[in-house]
Amino acid sequence: MQPIPLRISEKWAWGALGLCGFIGVWAALSAFGIVPRQFLPSPLDVLGRFVHLLSNPFAGATLPQHLASSFQRYAYGVLLAAFIGVPLGLLMGWFRWLDDVVTPLFDGLRFIAPIAWVPFAALWFGVGIGGPILIIFAGAFPPCLINAYRGARFVEPRLIEAARMLGTGNTRMILEILLPAATPSIVSGLRVSAGLGWQSLVGAELIVAAAGVGFMMVQAQANVATPTVMAGMVAIGLVGMAIDVMLRQGEAWLRRRRGLQA
Amino acid sequence: MIGRRGWVGLGSVAAVLLLWFGLTTATGLVSPGRFPSPADFWLSLNQIASRGYAGGGLAAHAFQSVKLVVMGFLVAIATGVPLGLWMGWDRRAEAAINPIFLIIRPIPPLAWIPLAILWLGLGDGAKIMVIWFAAFVPSVINSFAGVRNIDRPIIEAAQMLGTPRWRMVTEIIAPAAAPMIFTGLRLSLQASWTTLVAAELVGALAGIGFVLNMAQQDIYPGMILVGMVTVGVLGWATTYALGLAERRALAWNVAGRD
Repeated sequence: MQPIPLRISEKWAWGALGLCGFIGVWAALSAFGIVPRQFLPSPLDVLGRFVHLLSNPFAGATLPQHLASSFQRYAYGVLLAAFIGVPLGLLMGWFRWLDDVVTPLFDGLRFIAPIAWVPFAALWFGVGIGGPILIIFAGAFPPCLINAYRGARFVEPRLIEAARMLGTGNTRMILEILLPAATPSIVSGLRVSAGLGWQSLVGAELIVAAAGVGFMMVQAQANVATPTVMAGMVAIGLVGMAIDVMLRQGEAWLRRRRGLQA
Repeated sequence: MIGRRGWVGLGSVAAVLLLWFGLTTATGLVSPGRFPSPADFWLSLNQIASRGYAGGGLAAHAFQSVKLVVMGFLVAIATGVPLGLWMGWDRRAEAAINPIFLIIRPIPPLAWIPLAILWLGLGDGAKIMVIWFAAFVPSVINSFAGVRNIDRPIIEAAQMLGTPRWRMVTEIIAPAAAPMIFTGLRLSLQASWTTLVAAELVGALAGIGFVLNMAQQDIYPGMILVGMVTVGVLGWATTYALGLAERRALAWNVAGRD
């Protein structure tokens, strides 16, 4: 069902109205003291704190410094997941026995929320960089594996038969037939992984970290510094959005190059 | 009957269990302070099941966690589905609400945990709030998409027959959008568990995440493993239950039965 579309100007007007309403209610709730300002700072307070944190440290570092240490862990965790998950998925898509061996184990682990790895992560790797990386890895790994596997599994059989007829070995089959054919699927898997990894990072830092945005938010929560908590949420949202936009662009570019519909 | 695939799978699970036993109990290559042996796991399971741990038995903690996930889920359905249906039905509602979503959506549900604790404390309210955040967005988006995918002639036929507004919603739009709504719920169930476990790890007084938290502080690997296995089993069981509910609710829908 497609209702009649609005005119562009109408669409903008309603959008502006919605946003103003949202921010207006928020501002009114804190301005008239309906909710104590300590617990619901006004939008301006949050914005002011955000700018303040850009150059003033909280919980041992400024916001950009916290973001930098978060991002470092995040990059390690997601890259590790991609470097293990994608090759394993491709191999599982080609060697049936590997699929039969790994799938039941993977299915068994899949239902354990990534965050539940926190205690072991802390026990094995500490709260520095190792612990959070394990949790990010646990969050980002499944989509990498599943999408590489599906991509490799659903390659057009004719391609595989043709390559086989020409005597292609296993290695070249995986690298030169399965990998290119599975690339679009792998890339969308990576995008999902990147999102889930960012989620897991936030969770990991709330619990086992000594630096990073999540750590800053927990410290702020303990000090009832609500504007700092909300500024942290804004920062997390902005970075998450930036990562998603970049990966979407990359995916669209790749699809265009392949002549696929974006 | 178990096929070849099943036997290989059973073999690989058995091999991992043997490896676990071999590395911890038989050879001691992995120290019990790092990862529990099967005997440790069994003892911890017995302890929490019979005498309790972290202020309650395993069943009580599991019940607490499942209760919160179900409640958060129900609140999300009760608020998200009507909003999504409305946005699908009315372009003006979509235009007005969408920008707010664009702002809130990039913030992961987990990032709401500190704020939820500030607002509502360590009790059930804060957990329900973050689970609501985890499940709300997918229910809105999928009910919205569900309405937009309804075949136009169905609506027009109903309108032509003079269907009143309320019956239009309950008898045409909501059932037609239901398959998409369930897809959204399946997506958000896993997210709800992740969020709940995280929230309970950050601060709670009961629940499986709290068990994990206490076990971590006590450096008690056997209990950590018990907690993780419980999280996995509960996640699987709730997913299964949602699948059953879906099959029952959508018995008329051929596509939902595959």
